[in-house]
Parts: sequence; C-alpha cells; structure tokens
Amino acid sequence: MFDSLQTLLAQWMPNEVAVVLVILVQAMMVIVPLLLTVAYLTYAERKVIGYMQVRLGPNRVGYAGLLQPIADALKLIMKEIIIPSQSNVYLFLIAPVLAIAPAIAVWAVVPFDNGMVIGDINAGLLYVLAVSSIGVYGVVIAGWASNSKYALLGALRSSAQKVSYEIAMGFALVTVIMTAGSMNLTDIVMGQQGGILAWYWIPLLPMFVVYFISGVAETNRAPFDVAEGESEIVAGFHVDYSGMTFAVFFLAEYAMMILISFLTAIMFMGGWLSPFEGIPGLEALFSFVPGLFWLAFKVFFLLFVFLWFRATFPRYRYDQIMRLGWKVLIPLTILWVFVVGAMAYFKVAPWFVHGGVA
Amino acid sequence: MIKELKFQLKTWTLWELFQGMALTLKYFFKPKITVLYPEEKTPMSPRFRGKHALRRYDNGEERCIACKLCEAVCPANAITIESEVREDGSRRTTVYDIDLFKCIYCGFCEEACPVDAIVETRIFEYTFEPGDIHVMSKDMLLAFGDKMETQIAADRAADAKYR
Amino acid sequence: MGIEKLLFYVFAATAVLASLGVIGSRNPVRAALFLVLAFVATAGIWLLLQAEFLGIVLILVYVGAVMVLFLFVIMMLDINLTPLREGFTRYLPLGAVVAVVVLAEMSLVLNPQFFGLEHFPSPVALAAGDSNTKMLGQLLFTEYLYAFELAAVLLLLAIVAAIVLTLRRRKQGEVLYQDIGAQVRVQAADRLTMVKMPAVVAVKEDNKKESDDE
Repeated sequence: MFDSLQTLLAQWMPNEVAVVLVILVQAMMVIVPLLLTVAYLTYAERKVIGYMQVRLGPNRVGYAGLLQPIADALKLIMKEIIIPSQSNVYLFLIAPVLAIAPAIAVWAVVPFDNGMVIGDINAGLLYVLAVSSIGVYGVVIAGWASNSKYALLGALRSSAQKVSYEIAMGFALVTVIMTAGSMNLTDIVMGQQGGILAWYWIPLLPMFVVYFISGVAETNRAPFDVAEGESEIVAGFHVDYSGMTFAVFFLAEYAMMILISFLTAIMFMGGWLSPFEGIPGLEALFSFVPGLFWLAFKVFFLLFVFLWFRATFPRYRYDQIMRLGWKVLIPLTILWVFVVGAMAYFKVAPWFVHGGVA
Repeated sequence: MIKELKFQLKTWTLWELFQGMALTLKYFFKPKITVLYPEEKTPMSPRFRGKHALRRYDNGEERCIACKLCEAVCPANAITIESEVREDGSRRTTVYDIDLFKCIYCGFCEEACPVDAIVETRIFEYTFEPGDIHVMSKDMLLAFGDKMETQIAADRAADAKYR
Repeated sequence: MGIEKLLFYVFAATAVLASLGVIGSRNPVRAALFLVLAFVATAGIWLLLQAEFLGIVLILVYVGAVMVLFLFVIMMLDINLTPLREGFTRYLPLGAVVAVVVLAEMSLVLNPQFFGLEHFPSPVALAAGDSNTKMLGQLLFTEYLYAFELAAVLLLLAIVAAIVLTLRRRKQGEVLYQDIGAQVRVQAADRLTMVKMPAVVAVKEDNKKESDDE
C-alpha cells in the first residue's frame, strides 16, 4: 500500500521527498490513534477507578462523560505555562520534549499486525529498550531545572527507579529473545503460533509477571508512583509544570503505559495471533477477526490491569520498591535465564522447537 | 513444615495480591452509590435546616412575639431584633434580620422559639451574587414563610411526636 | 547527495558541536547533556555504518544508564564555579603543552600513512536479512570468548570492590535495620495474645476495695 503511494508521489516530486512524505504519513497513522488512545485512557482510568470505588466517575461532559478528555485537553491548552523565575528556562522547556520524544519514537518498531509496522528492524527489541531508556532524561532534567526541592526529590526517585527496573526488564527480555531466537518483534510473535498454549507466557510465566511489574514501575504508575507521590512530594518532578508542558508529561506517561501493554501482549500473549488457533471449531468461527483486533483486545486487557492495580494496591515505600527490584526481581530473572537455557537445550515443545537459542 | 510450604506457596503465587484484586473487581460490578445531584436528590429529613422563614398563625397574625430568645441563643450573632409595642398593646418586632453569611444553620433559633415563629425550611439551593442582599429582613422572612407554609406545617406535624 | 550522506554530515556536525559544548559550557549539567547529545550523534553514525547493535547498545548503556548516574552526581554537587576558574592562567602553559603533545601524537598515529583509505578494504555491504547482532554474538562467544569472559570478570570485580568499599554495616542499636522477611512471616498469633478475663468479677472486687477504703 505504501509502496504504491510512494510511486504515485514520485511522479510529481523527487523520490527522496516522496520517501520522507510516506514516512511522515506512516508516522501520523501511528501517532494520531496513539494520542487519541491516550486521551481516552485517561477517561477510562477515571471511570474504572470510579467504578471500583463504587462511584460513577466522570459523567457530565457529553453522554456518560465521553467528551471529558477533550474538555481536559482544551483546558490544558488554554492554561498559562508558568516558568519559575529561578529555573533554568531552556532546560525547563526542553524537558517535556525529552520525555515525549522517546515515548513516541519507540512506536516505530512496534508491529500491529503481520507486516503492519513502520520499521521492521532486526534489533527491534533492543531499539525499544534503548529508546525507552532515554525517557528518563525528561524526568531528571525537569526535576533539576525546576529548581525546587520536591521536583528534585521526585526526579531522583523516578530516575533511580527507572534505571533499576530497566535491568529486570532487560533480563526478562533476554529470556524472550532466547525463546524466540530473534530480537525482531514480528519474528517473536510468529514464533508463538499454535494457540494460547503455545504463547510464551507459559514457559516464561515468572518473566511475564516480572516484565509487567517492571513495566508498571518504569511508567511510574501506582503502586510504584513515589516519583509523583502527591501526598508526600506534591507531584514530584512535574510540580512546577502547568498547562501544555504538564500535558506533555502526562501524554508521555500514558503513551509509555500503552507501549508496555503492547510489548507484553506481543512478547508473552501472542501479539495479533488468535487465541483459538488449533482448536478445530473455534478457529474457523473466529477466523474473520483481523489480527489487529486480537492485539487491541489483549492490549486493552493489560491496560485495564494497569488501572486495576492502581485501584487496588497502596503505594510502596521507596526503599521497598528498590528492594523489590534489586533483591527479588533481578535474581529471579537471572535464575530464569538459566531455566530457559535448559528448556531450550532440551527443546521443550511446543515453545522451543522452532528457532530458539540454538 | 507444612506451614512453611503454605507460606512459600502463598508468597510465590502472589496469592494475597490476587485476593485484593478480586475484591476491587467485585466492587467494579456492584451498583454505584453516586447520586447525580441536580437530577437526583437524596431523601431529606423533616428536620432539615435550610433557609429561614417566619411563620404566621392561621388567622394571619405573625407568631413572633419579640422575646429575643433566638437572638440570645444564636452562636453566630446572625440575628438582630428590635421591638416595639404595637397599637393593640402586643409586643412585636420592628426589625428581624438574619444575616445568612453569619448563620451557621445550627437550628438553635428554631429550638429556642417558644411560639414556633422562626423555622428553618428545606430550601438549601440558594446563592448570592456579589451585591445581592444577604441579610433577610422581616418582610422577606414572613413572605418566605407564607410561601413555604404548607411544607413547614407538614414537617412540624411529621416531627411533632418526637418533640 | 544521497540521504545517507546528508544524515552522516548532520550526525557528524552534531557530534563535533556537542563535543565542543561539553568542554565549552560553564554549567556542568549542560556539559553532561551535551555529552549525551554527542553519544546520540555517534550512535547515529554507527547506525549508518550498519553497526546497529553497537549504536543501540551505546544509547542503552551510556545514554540510558551511565549518563543518568553522571547527571545524578552533578546535580547533587553544589559546584561553585569561581574557584574552578581561578588557576586558569597558571595552568595554561602546562595545558597548552599537553594539548600540543596530544595533537602531535594523534597526527602521527592517525595519519594517512597508517589509516589511509587504501589500507582498508571497503566494507562489504551486508545482505538485507543479515543480523549484525548475531555476527557479533557468534564472534564474542567463540573467537573472543576468553577476552569477553575476562572483561566480565573484571567488571564483576569492580562491582564487588565498590560494594566492599562503601558498605558499612553499623552496629546493632546504632541504627535500626529492617528484616522484611521476618516481618512478612509474622502471624497474628506471634504478636497478639488473647487474654481471657472475667470482666464482671474484676469490677466487683474493685468495688469492694473502694468500699473498704471508705
């Protein structure tokens, strides 16, 4: 589809320009739905948490409050951007950009269906890990440039937490790479063909849990939201941000949340593969459902779990977060690397028969 | 040994976390208790203490006899009363002001009144714009009492057996 | 000019300017951020050289982890800039000599005689499906296994040394440590003893005493 678009455009303009234009179109096709999802994720969050607290959540703007995110966005756009007088203005303003840019750049390698991906690169998983690790700069710089104690404390907490949990996350990814024998996200999904039992969540069950927990910690979500900790350090690194600068941080956080859900679905829950694969009757019955819908379904479930966590668990204390990351999750992941190695050596079916480390 | 095994099982299956999540999920599906205020309202007690009113007897005579008990009991000093002897020799108020900004709606004036003249109605949805008169004068109180009399009388009757 | 060349010049210029920024900027945090930018630009150049693994790992390790810790330290330090600039003129001659020596060494070593293009075969363009990562992995775990393991041991040694040097376990009582394992294992029965008391009888006895006193 995009090749034909490119040849079409190349008739009127130089080929290079056509290539750039097509890439821009592709990027917009990912970013616009992403931002819309972010907007409605905030709505879903307030609704779900409201429902779990036996109340209704937003219900005034539009039918059942459906226009609430738009009202919120308008409000944030209209608000004044306050720049603290003693802050480092340049860094203060560049911090939100540094937070959102990686959160959006990562989507370049995320596949939505077989072949439906902007950049199908070999080292896809590494790229994801590397680019999402840059996101921490937004937080650190925001905290420092605000010239405020609370912001600095929040930034320190958040960055230490992110750097720590990235290790557990990386090790969990290593097990996935070992199982799939590839770092390409499309290959990882294709390695899970064969129904719900062939997905990687069974052999990598502890890693599935570890990855998702680290993901929650990475995105600074409850119960790991000490970086914001509104009851102790007001709002952490973004206390001094208002209006659109704050909204950009918000966007980045939620975009990362969606990304973590996508990656979890892709790596452990078979991505766009149907769960009924290999079951005689059901497979044919559901064969009309496009893969994109299966992936979206899994992602929405995981996002619901994110919100569910927030509604259920009280906030961790900071030292307990660090303890969990370093003393529980990381040893567990290292242990499981060996277990996966053994499973791959003995070619445990059905996960390690094709591809794998060997 | 069995105890230790049970403990380890509970730890590694994250049993307690799942228990907590089951609880929140249960409440996710429960009927919600939110009252959508302007459209729905919670039931109100006959003793509700809202905006004030002065009542009259059935023959149209105002009840208030200017005893000033309400003025004395008012903890916020919101009530101001001045009295005079009317031509027929009865003692009546000339001024009866309630400052609604000062009033804390404690209901003491209502309790203190020997003739059930000053009462608080169920009306609580009223606002003041800047510049509006927030002091209710005697005329306003009487007019408001006339307007609300049916409800006031019904509320008193409903509450009478507990007094 | 192809896109690749354009990208190369953009990345190269960014890398050079950012490196100048590292030594030129007065604010240490800005200098560190310029260093980050230089790393990112270098990673871009490596990507252009089809060394995607190295480029991404540079970002992952240096930008994503090492520089964050660097920034941490710089932000926590309350650096006063004036004393730093005090001895500028005094150390200038020495610095200039060092600079000249380094420059001379570099030009001697890196001159075209040794590093000219004609000394190197032009790199073979990789086939489309070829994975740089896999090639590196195969080399690391076969030919260079010994060096690789040695480097790993060295790093481990550094970690252990760092912990040994910094960890000080203070005496019990001086500071309170938390044993989370023990805390989690606590049962209600360990902490709480239910005492059965005949409440009514106790009251009666009390009353008796009081009446006795009277």
